[in-house]
Amino acid sequence: MKELRLYMAQRITALIMAPFVIGHLAVMIYAIQGGLSAAEILGRTQGSVLWFLFYGTFVVVVSIHGAIGLRVAASEWAGVKGVALEVFMWAVGLCLFYLGAQAVWAVTFAAGVGP
Amino acid sequence: MALDVLKVTIERGPDAAAAQQSFDVPAYENQTVLDVVSWVQQNADPTLSYRFACRVGMCGSCAMMVNGVPRWTCRTHISKVLDGNAVTIGPLRNLPVIKDLAVDMDPFFDKWVEAEGVHHGALTRDDPIAPVDETTVERTTANTGIECINCSVCYAACDTVTANKDYLGPAALQRAWTLLNDAKDEGRASILDAVSGKGGCHTCHSMGSCTAYCPNDLDPMSAIAGLKRETARSFFRRGRS
Ligand code: SF4
Ligand code: SF4
Ligand code: FES
Repeated sequence: MKELRLYMAQRITALIMAPFVIGHLAVMIYAIQGGLSAAEILGRTQGSVLWFLFYGTFVVVVSIHGAIGLRVAASEWAGVKGVALEVFMWAVGLCLFYLGAQAVWAVTFAAGVGP
Repeated sequence: MALDVLKVTIERGPDAAAAQQSFDVPAYENQTVLDVVSWVQQNADPTLSYRFACRVGMCGSCAMMVNGVPRWTCRTHISKVLDGNAVTIGPLRNLPVIKDLAVDMDPFFDKWVEAEGVHHGALTRDDPIAPVDETTVERTTANTGIECINCSVCYAACDTVTANKDYLGPAALQRAWTLLNDAKDEGRASILDAVSGKGGCHTCHSMGSCTAYCPNDLDPMSAIAGLKRETARSFFRRGRS
């Protein structure tokens, strides 16, 4: 039943991702009006629980969705099988989560604009 | 079209591309791909191996790759596939070659059984015959898949079968879907289990080569989509109970 669970996890995260992607695109279009600056972005995100939850959840579902998708690609295109395939999936998932979480953490809690 | 001679290339041997042989075959007004292969075997090289039985699109034994495309050769007119006056005929893709144009179809049929594409009866000969209501949604859904002739054209057309040797393939999964919708079949739980495992319906990428190439105009892709829906539903139900 693992295949079915992975399939469901990927479809459900896709469903969750849809509004997040739209929201993210909308914010991007809104944010670049009149130029883009780090200060402007940080002004929006720093200390904001709402943006932390928005991008935090986004990062979690992307990590799950991407890891399962790349698991299929690795198995069908590169012939990765067995334990190596599971290790690959977890590595991709954790790596995506680490990169994303780091970014979310930085824009929420970072002290100020860097040099 | 007044062609006299057809240039026929036949791929022989397991390493098909490396074992090509060319034959000049007289062209006739009415000639199928299977007729061409038969002409070669009867007039040029009696050692050529291939498989057919009914010659009318019923038995599903004559499928081959024709110019790289899987086709039922007894119902494919040669004029439809000629490239100039040339044609290349090879053994069906995704199955082990036994010799020349004859492939071993065991993996294809084994997967029908693996997908629980077998009858699951609950009645005995002493029970009255259960009536079948022709008008139900389930019955009409099942009807769309039952004309499958097991020709393996869809199996040969499917890139996912090529990439994943465990994948049950379009025909076997379509049979599982028809049985799931068959009022006389009692195998619901075992079918859903069988198509949810490794190589089951969730492996399908819904690219539709199976549906595009099925010579009987069946639609395995949609049948597999149906299985995905049903397994997802039972996933949530199981979660609740
Ligand atoms: S739709 Fe699914 S079964 Fe059909 S060819 Fe594509 S992957 Fe194979
Ligand atoms: S679904 Fe179509 S192509 Fe596939 S085995 Fe049946 S008849 Fe042949
Ligand atoms: S020979 Fe029977 S289907 Fe072609």
